[in-house]
Amino acid sequence: MADKSIKTDMNDVKEIRAINRVSFKQRMISYKRKPLSLLMLIIVAASAAISAAALIFIMVYVLIRGIPNLTPDLFALNYNSDNVSCMPSIINTVVLTLFTLIIAVPFGVGAAIYLAEYAKKGNRLVKIIRTMAETLAGIPSIVYGLFGMLFFVYALNWGYSLLAGAFTLAIMVLPTIMRTTEEALITVPDSYREGSYGLGAGKLRTIIRIILPSAMPGILAGVILAVGRIVGETAALIYTYGSATGYAANPLSSGRSLAVHMYVLTNEGLHTNQAWGTAVVLLVLVFGINTLSAFIAKKLGNKKG
Amino acid sequence: MEKFAIDNMNLYYGKFHALKNVNLHMEQNKITAFIGPSGCGKSTLLKSLNRMNDLVEGCKITGEIKLDGEDIYGNMDVNILRKRVGMVFQKANPFPMSVYDNIAFGPRTHGIKNKKELDRIVEESLRDAAIWDELKDRLKKSALGLSGGQQQRLCIARALAIKPEVLLMDEATSALDPISTGKIEELCLKLKDNYTIIMVTHNMQQALRISDNTAFFLLGEMVEYNSTDAIFSAPQDKRTEEYITGRFG
Repeated sequence: MADKSIKTDMNDVKEIRAINRVSFKQRMISYKRKPLSLLMLIIVAASAAISAAALIFIMVYVLIRGIPNLTPDLFALNYNSDNVSCMPSIINTVVLTLFTLIIAVPFGVGAAIYLAEYAKKGNRLVKIIRTMAETLAGIPSIVYGLFGMLFFVYALNWGYSLLAGAFTLAIMVLPTIMRTTEEALITVPDSYREGSYGLGAGKLRTIIRIILPSAMPGILAGVILAVGRIVGETAALIYTYGSATGYAANPLSSGRSLAVHMYVLTNEGLHTNQAWGTAVVLLVLVFGINTLSAFIAKKLGNKKG
Repeated sequence: MEKFAIDNMNLYYGKFHALKNVNLHMEQNKITAFIGPSGCGKSTLLKSLNRMNDLVEGCKITGEIKLDGEDIYGNMDVNILRKRVGMVFQKANPFPMSVYDNIAFGPRTHGIKNKKELDRIVEESLRDAAIWDELKDRLKKSALGLSGGQQQRLCIARALAIKPEVLLMDEATSALDPISTGKIEELCLKLKDNYTIIMVTHNMQQALRISDNTAFFLLGEMVEYNSTDAIFSAPQDKRTEEYITGRFG
């Protein structure tokens, strides 16, 4: 008997009755003894199911309503009030996202590097900056929109423009990028820092060559969050970037992002079907940007690994 | 010849007096071992020798530490000091990059860019650390995929790649299996022809096997310092004798 069970022939594997396998019956017995843990299981399982269901429902609903409205007209090169093309908005959204990130990422990452690597622990200034960043991250975006309008659009006299929109959004996503980057830097093991300093590398080289590459996935997660907010933003953009229907050809011209475009279409009430179509485009765009970011993250990960 | 000279050195972590009036002169091309129970300050002393304690907030040092007669807490550039005094840590800490880049990090830091030169240094360092044969086909693979013993020898190779004069080893074998430990001990004996090695160890057999001189520490004090043979066969201080015969610690 003993000899048989030791055999590792593939045919035998199926017949092995592993004693460490927990059967349904055993599980039920243990839940009977601890009804609270069964209750807990039901609650968390139900939460997961409801959350997933809500998300899937919205996605499926948008797709069902939107896909039939994805006509060639919707992607015409130029917008007019007949075709309500979203092509200019797609390009504007991509350009706006790039501009915003170019402004926000260097400052956000730079500030995070200061907080995590240079500032002394327990420094009062650091605490104030952190509290402010957390507060700013929670402020409704319309407040940023209002500030952007008063400051960039009027005080600096940029008008409704790509620049005003990008700067407003940059301020909006700055706390997110800063906080996630700081978290990512803090989780880099100190042993990496010690190893680098121990080889005679200075602080700058240690940060650029060792710490930032290790923290890259976390930093990119923050950037992806920021991209999500930028692409989905309307309130902060209507009074800064405006809602001109063409391509924003230079930094001082107005344009509308895809989300604003959708908002306007829905608001006017004349092109609800096209608004659904635009929603599908927005969904695909966000999905595309996230996939691209994940790809970049993987590439960077491979490079260092 | 004398390599490191520590005179009247005191070290405080905040209000805690961690090292008390340490005087210790260490010879070139010898292996010096620091032994003593946990918390006696031997690792702290080791880290003072390449100024890694600078990273610890609230750490204050008084007295004098000289490398080849030059005050390391004086005008010496700390990055140059750490190039001259390399370190291997208790827990292997390879960077999350390829084996090759791990070794090349130090030389690149100190300005070597030539690809051929780097190739040569990488091979030489890995050979010196007795791990070239195991890793020569995996130079481009991540260092994090290596076994614990390989990682530690990689870290030794990484330290050797910048051609230090002194190698500090902070319980470098405490997390390794006996076979890896044996390899690293052999390595140390080979390396002392060209390097001065200062090691902290919890393993008294290890100190006995490979070190030339041994210093015994207790509660922040250096109790006794002598040739390893003398320390283990005829300790002068009663506390040393009690420790090495296993009566406390």
